[in-house]
Amino acid sequence: MAPATQRIEVTLETLLESVDLAESIVMRIAEAAGFDEDDVHRIGMAVREGVINAYNYGNQHDRRKKILMTVELGPEKMVVRVLDQGKGFELTEVPDPLAEENLLRTSGRGIFLMRAFMDEFAVKHGPGGGAELILTKNLRHAVSDNGRRQRE
Amino acid sequence: MSLQGTSREIGDIAIVDFSGKITLGEGSSVLRKTVRELIDRGHRKILLNLADVDYIDSSGIGELVSAYTTVRGVSGEMKLLQLTRRVHDILQITRLFTVFDVQSDEEVALRSFQ
Repeated sequence: MAPATQRIEVTLETLLESVDLAESIVMRIAEAAGFDEDDVHRIGMAVREGVINAYNYGNQHDRRKKILMTVELGPEKMVVRVLDQGKGFELTEVPDPLAEENLLRTSGRGIFLMRAFMDEFAVKHGPGGGAELILTKNLRHAVSDNGRRQRE
Repeated sequence: MSLQGTSREIGDIAIVDFSGKITLGEGSSVLRKTVRELIDRGHRKILLNLADVDYIDSSGIGELVSAYTTVRGVSGEMKLLQLTRRVHDILQITRLFTVFDVQSDEEVALRSFQ
């Protein structure tokens, strides 16, 4: 029987502390899933940036709003979704932090880092109008001598 | 661990030995306050030793950039010393390696100040 996809949902308060909390939760899941140390770090960093984005820009520090983080762990990949209760945004409106004129900006690198650390990155409009960040990391598999698929 | 910094001086150069994480919240705040205090005390040559900083997020990067532009704004120089692999990689992919003067040896770094 194919392994089932496991799903974990966490509702985070719009607090600074939620950034560390989300990162540590996701890193533990990634470790248990068999990601190597570097990938665990990258996943943690990407989720950290996603929650920072939700905290700063989506929910704009509004304590009344929540951040919903969902982790789906399947046999092939881990998908983390971070949904805020803000107004949403268009990726095309985010300035390129690598452009010469933006290098000395003190903000605006979060999206770029999420893209750099994950295998796939997307933004959707959430059901309530906020932004839903979708971060995907593929699990690397190894095939043993007897042909059974194992995680590396 | 958040961020801790210890300052020392060699000649007219202020060196801050940081340890911990430069991240959103306390870490970024420590960096900001430390550099601000050095400038207020008249320092214009500042070397940030990041050998014991193993983690930086986008907010931390923003504070580094802010510190750099603040020091430049008072006609000073700010350099970075001994980046850990992860901090090095982040500064590289964000092209900030083309902005910051990054040194790997303290003595060489000190001599490089004008």
